[in-house]
Amino acid sequence: MASDELFVSGHRGCAGCGMATAVRMVLQEAGPNTIVANATGCLEVMTTGYPETAWKIPWIHAAFENAAAVASGVDVALKKLGKREGVNVLAFAGDGGTFDIGFQALSGMLERGHNITYVVFDNEAYMNTGIQRCSSTPPYASTTTSPAGRVIPGKQGKKKPISKIVAAHDIAYTATATIAHPKDLKTKIKKALESEGPSFVQIFSPCPTGWRFPSELSVKLSKMAVDTGIFVLWELEGGNFDNIRITYKPKERKPVEEYFKLQGRFRHLLKMPEKIAEIQREVDEKCAEFGF
Amino acid sequence: MDKITLGAVNTEPGSSLNYKTGSWRTMKPVLTPENCIFCNMCWEFCPDSAIEPADPKSKKPIRIDYDYCKGCGICVEECLANKNANLPNALEMVPEEK
Ligand SMILES: Cc1ncc(C[n+]2csc(CCOP(=O)(O)OP(=O)(O)O)c2C)c(N)n1
Ligand code: SF4
Ligand code: SF4
Ligand SMILES: [Mg+2]
Repeated sequence: MASDELFVSGHRGCAGCGMATAVRMVLQEAGPNTIVANATGCLEVMTTGYPETAWKIPWIHAAFENAAAVASGVDVALKKLGKREGVNVLAFAGDGGTFDIGFQALSGMLERGHNITYVVFDNEAYMNTGIQRCSSTPPYASTTTSPAGRVIPGKQGKKKPISKIVAAHDIAYTATATIAHPKDLKTKIKKALESEGPSFVQIFSPCPTGWRFPSELSVKLSKMAVDTGIFVLWELEGGNFDNIRITYKPKERKPVEEYFKLQGRFRHLLKMPEKIAEIQREVDEKCAEFGF
Repeated sequence: MDKITLGAVNTEPGSSLNYKTGSWRTMKPVLTPENCIFCNMCWEFCPDSAIEPADPKSKKPIRIDYDYCKGCGICVEECLANKNANLPNALEMVPEEK
């Protein structure tokens, strides 16, 4: 461990947890003058089994749905105490705590204009309670509540475009990131922290347990998601989508099948070429919209 | 902390270090120190903060902290020496001895 590590060893995340790596990267950029309000989910459970904690910064456990509200309270309280200067206030939450149940608190925080950086660790399902589908779960992924079988081929419906919905609130800064692009991720966290007002970063966070892939592949899968165009790296200041900046364009896009092949949650798709073609078409259209 | 504190407030930052996750390992990464090229990719990507980073200036290789390494294998997968076909591997995955 490096001597200045703010997220220390001994946490109970599964071997290879992409979210744990993502948290380390965020805190390396945020530094010690940071307060985190953390929604219930894997991250909270794995880091704070009483009486232990893996955090070396002030950290507050929020409920599943209200990380943004708790962070709002911290922001206002520090102002009232005259201690707001030089402190980063962050909200951490999973995709369930952001796209679904925490959405109202998040939208309210954005609208009130708090000086908060909200980071969603997107592992594309409710992992902490046993891999239930979420509005963040991609089409056809098999989860325990969207099991691929004779009736349905995995999750029905699309992945909610959370970062676009957040940016539509016309906030200071919105970005997407992965752990396979650490420089890009850290630059985006820095920009988010330096923005006046609300900022939001969605970090793609591979989960070996929920996605069913070997634990050594979390970084490789993040890279594959970007190289296929399934996950696009972008940033935006304000709410005008004409100003979106793609921060990394794959030189040649890989077929989406290469990404599916590595994960048990998509195994059933390999026998359904028409479904793979459907996703490929949607990804092609999305990338065309982004201009690549 | 013997008693449950008011509001379950935890006053020992970083106390998860008391819990050694190294016992979870079934496979283990092993370093050949002279092959390390100090890129620190293993340190960058480790989910368990279990790598002490290399120092390129003093040519000090990384060190793996087996008290906490869970044996996920990300370091072996991402090691730049391993990825370079012209260089000998710095990290290798081997079965944990019982
Ligand atoms: C109001 C409420 N409903 C349900 C739960 C149970 N619960 C705890 S964590 C969780 C899922 C978390 O999913 P996500 O936010 O995606 O985080 P992850 O565990 O995947 O990182 C659920 C359903 C709860 N704690 N509170
Ligand atoms: S279930 Fe997934 S997100 Fe949760 S600790 Fe394990 S690898 Fe990480
Ligand atoms: S990834 Fe490999 S070469 Fe790079 S610092 Fe770690 S052991 Fe050394
Ligand atoms: Mg989740």
